[in-house]
Amino acid sequence: MRIHQKTSYDDDINLFEDRRQALWYLALVAGAALLPFAVSGYFLGEVTNVLILAIAGMGLMLLAGHTGQPSLGHAAFLACGAYMEAWLNNRGVSFLISLPAAGLFAGAVGAIIAIPALRMSGIYLAIATLAMGIVAEDVIVLLEPYTGGVSGTFVGAIRLAGFEIDRYGSPSGFYWLCLAITVLVALGYANLLRSSTGRAFVAIRDSEVSAKAMGINIARFKTLAFFLSCFVTGLSGALMAHFLGAFNYEAFLITISIQMLLMIVVGGMGSIHGAFFGAMVVGFLPQIITGIRQQITMTAIPGLDTGIFAAILVAMIILEPRGLYGQWLKTRIWFQLFPLARRDLFRRHKSYLKTERLK
Amino acid sequence: MEVAQLLLGGISVGCVYGLVALGFVLIYKATESVNFAQGDLMMLGAFITLQFVNTAYWGLPFWLGVLLAVLVMAVVGYLMEALVIRRLFGQPQFAVVILTIAIGFVLRFAAGFIWGHEPLTLETPFAGRNVALGRLVIGVDEIFVIGATVVLTGTLYLFFARTRLGVAMQAASQNQLAAYYMGVPVKRIHGLIWALSGGIATIAGVLFASRGSIDPNLGLLGIKAFAAAVIGGFGSLPGALAGGLIVGIVEPFAGRYIAAGYSQIMPYAIMLVVLVLRPNGLFAQVQSKKV
Repeated sequence: MRIHQKTSYDDDINLFEDRRQALWYLALVAGAALLPFAVSGYFLGEVTNVLILAIAGMGLMLLAGHTGQPSLGHAAFLACGAYMEAWLNNRGVSFLISLPAAGLFAGAVGAIIAIPALRMSGIYLAIATLAMGIVAEDVIVLLEPYTGGVSGTFVGAIRLAGFEIDRYGSPSGFYWLCLAITVLVALGYANLLRSSTGRAFVAIRDSEVSAKAMGINIARFKTLAFFLSCFVTGLSGALMAHFLGAFNYEAFLITISIQMLLMIVVGGMGSIHGAFFGAMVVGFLPQIITGIRQQITMTAIPGLDTGIFAAILVAMIILEPRGLYGQWLKTRIWFQLFPLARRDLFRRHKSYLKTERLK
Repeated sequence: MEVAQLLLGGISVGCVYGLVALGFVLIYKATESVNFAQGDLMMLGAFITLQFVNTAYWGLPFWLGVLLAVLVMAVVGYLMEALVIRRLFGQPQFAVVILTIAIGFVLRFAAGFIWGHEPLTLETPFAGRNVALGRLVIGVDEIFVIGATVVLTGTLYLFFARTRLGVAMQAASQNQLAAYYMGVPVKRIHGLIWALSGGIATIAGVLFASRGSIDPNLGLLGIKAFAAAVIGGFGSLPGALAGGLIVGIVEPFAGRYIAAGYSQIMPYAIMLVVLVLRPNGLFAQVQSKKV
């Protein structure tokens, strides 16, 4: 059993609880960096996919999990990033410029979307973003000169400081690039949450009225949250473009948006870890199901992985609203307190229905 | 003449959207949870009717099959509330949104597993028959859709205005705690509302299936019904039907008179305009606290 003695106010907002925790994360990053030497190219591709999903998940998590603005149309911002990256890359722009440009483009679109979205909350925002996601599908097809319409577009290798990084030609290079961006985004995100901006986001999520009373400019911070969230999602979209190589509007259907949201809910709303856990579930579940099916020689059932994923989600929301990360925390605390953990330690309170008609 | 033909087709499609929207609004008004699986309930209702009615399956008489399907779906709706949704009582709206989306995915998978992913056609007694009214050609299926919607709406109006249960449902939707103090069994009422909306979804599904084929992805039509519900104000039953009619009528006209590719955006564009101008729907129920 460990006891944390806090000796300064900084202890509350330090990035890591103590040196031991910092070492664990360092070991995790080092292990991830050494992964290409240990596994096959196919598996490395799957892990790269998980990393890209995790970046997208972090983008959405900032908006839905930490600012409390659920978006059901985030694939539209993935599309912004992906098409911008493809367009710039095909014109020979270096990755160092095209990646931030893709993120900024998605972020700018997000900030524009935020203006009408500021006035909505809860389900109205969810429905409006859903509609936006559907309209985005059609807009992609209509903007044929830039997006290639229905037939889609190709994107070449990444040009970065004299190197050419291709997903198939140099899978390790592409993996390291994705890992570096993931780590940077995660660090930036964790730092943002320590700052007053991050705390303003969380305050808006928990109660807009109280946040306003504490002098937080709701409109400004909501717009900022939209911008940052869409920026990060755009980065993920740019990487996804290189991962897919060739894509059309079908890579950004409304079902993808919904799946992104379900992903972060399974992982655990309101935590950076949740984005990673969720991405791992979405990325690896189809592989696991295929593996099990081959073991028991069952015929393929279309849509099985989506069905199982949704069933897991239903169980998760009822039994563990804080997702996989909540379960992980509980397990960890159980071991930390051993043998003092009690069954009712995490009991949820019963409460009345709180009306959301009064906001 | 062409305008009248388009209008008639639009109204009959709009009736289906309106009925699905009615299901959303019923549940939202009474329980404050938004059922994103309403479109999938409609899909399931249509498939269960098909199971009862089609000769390739059980081959029951059409009306008996529809009646049985409505009853089965009412039970499904009740069980959904009693077993799953009720567990989330007191949690944020958002949790229910996610939950119903997930349930929709599960239902879609189940339907695809049982009935396959190929489009199927419901055998109705009035498929392919037309009535000529002057130069206007009206399908019997269109008359059936519009007539059924009118009858159902009238029945629902009488139910809510005249019966004890209907008044109790209205009370529970206006103020749960007060209704509970007055002896309204709020939990059971919630279950019954879900049952009612499962039944309405089935009728909407049958109406839709009478005009074309059905497949497990039919539930995505629910998103269009969302647009209808929002246009009509998310808390008003007549508004939901009106919104459905607006969406239904706009679609064929946009398809006819606006360049291809833009027409399917129209329902959502109207909805977004409504949301931007009146962020809480045309008939707002949400009020903002001032600081």
